[in-house]
Amino acid sequence: MAKNLPPTYDKIATHEVFPEMTHDDRARYNFLANLNKHLAHVSQGNTLAFENRVKPQFVKENGREFKNKEELGDAMARDPHYQTWSALRRSTMEMRQQAGRSLTYRQAEKLTQKVNQLNEGKDSLILNDDVKVPPYLMAVDNHLMPGSYHTELYDGDVANAANYDGGLFVTTAGLLGKYSDGGGKAIAQWLKKNHPEFSPKRILDIGCGIGHNTLPLAEMYPDAEVVAIDTGRPMLRYGHARAMALGYKNVKFVQAEASQLPFESESFDWIQTTMFLHETGGKSIYNIMNEIQRCLKPGGITMHIEQPQYTDDMTMYEKWIRDWDAYNNSEPYWSKMHDIDPKELMEASGFNGEHYMQIGAQAINDLDDGTQKVDEPEDHGRSPIWNVFGAWKK
Amino acid sequence: MIDYIGIAGNKPKGARPYFFDDPAVERVMNITMAIATELAVTKERMDTIERLLEEKGILTTTEIDAYVPKDKKAEMERQQSHSEYISRVLRIVQQEMEQLKNPDKTLQEIADDIDKM
Repeated sequence: MAKNLPPTYDKIATHEVFPEMTHDDRARYNFLANLNKHLAHVSQGNTLAFENRVKPQFVKENGREFKNKEELGDAMARDPHYQTWSALRRSTMEMRQQAGRSLTYRQAEKLTQKVNQLNEGKDSLILNDDVKVPPYLMAVDNHLMPGSYHTELYDGDVANAANYDGGLFVTTAGLLGKYSDGGGKAIAQWLKKNHPEFSPKRILDIGCGIGHNTLPLAEMYPDAEVVAIDTGRPMLRYGHARAMALGYKNVKFVQAEASQLPFESESFDWIQTTMFLHETGGKSIYNIMNEIQRCLKPGGITMHIEQPQYTDDMTMYEKWIRDWDAYNNSEPYWSKMHDIDPKELMEASGFNGEHYMQIGAQAINDLDDGTQKVDEPEDHGRSPIWNVFGAWKK
Repeated sequence: MIDYIGIAGNKPKGARPYFFDDPAVERVMNITMAIATELAVTKERMDTIERLLEEKGILTTTEIDAYVPKDKKAEMERQQSHSEYISRVLRIVQQEMEQLKNPDKTLQEIADDIDKM
């Protein structure tokens, strides 16, 4: 099967707190990145199986089409190709986590030391023991990362954050760029290009994780104060140290929870979320949007980078296969969130529908030497091509 | 020392989905893919060693690719090695063929027989 080859792992940019990797650690990641790309091609077999045998068989047996995606899913679950692809996909995710965690926990104490050194005496890392990890994050380990964003095996443990940083390359086959910041770069560039008159003084990035998508915002607007929040202490500690290592002076990392923002009303010009909302919950997403509305200054903008929403012209099959990650890659809210109309979500928080915006965005990949073609098969979840929705507060 | 390899293999929250009707198939698939991964790691390491040997002027990839066993003894040793490897990997197939040729009693049946002996 002709396919683009991902760059080798050594092309990833490292920094002072990046985990040390052996030859074989990199080789393992090289293999897994290739395997992920390969499985996107194998997934085309799911579509073939659906069109050529599953759907015709169902129609023949029942005298009608599928009435909903659950019924379609039950039929597909019995198909041998789908079973094989799913098992391989799940296995690959599990192997990626094991590979990443084995190398970071092998050096856990050293990572803690390096991070603490960079964080010491800095007032730009603000932790708060009173901030609780929300229930929707306690209920699941998103994308199969054991312990999720918040678990510390000992005080100061940042191994899972380092695991996250090192492993993004694998799931996206390097398409997010050297610093895995293709998403943040895309949105910052879009804003600068389409609204050159807009000069945000204060930017909030909600659910920043290790800050990989926060730093491009700080870079594009060096005069702005950028505040990045998360509820995972390892992510904040590592993310802050990472930002220090990379020389950023205008970013603060704050332990805070999105539905109870510890900020004054109308105190930010731009509030951003990137691949965050699908990891919240059915009620919380509305509370979070309310807080965003409250904290956004008049004339400001809020934008959300997410997986594509379900639209009326999306086939039932496509809606079903886009749910795979919800149930099999531990992204449970992903599915329900697809059904929400983003415009209604924003209007429910008081945004004016007339100032709603929606665009498509593709990750900016600084590792692309021109050989990465755009005609890769649709991966229904891993491709760095997203939907961006939001609104101006006017 | 942290049990890093134990921690690395921890399961995430949420019951694991199984895709094949028989969970045994899923188990074998996962074990096989993990072996595939480790083999890939070894192949990459071999490639590294070959390249370094070439860079240091000890051995070239051309010499490696052109290598053929020099005598009958070497030839047979290498082929014997392949043959044994295949036998080990496909042991279960050998045993299933023997069963087909000479259908055997189950241990339940043998136990019943022995009980009468």
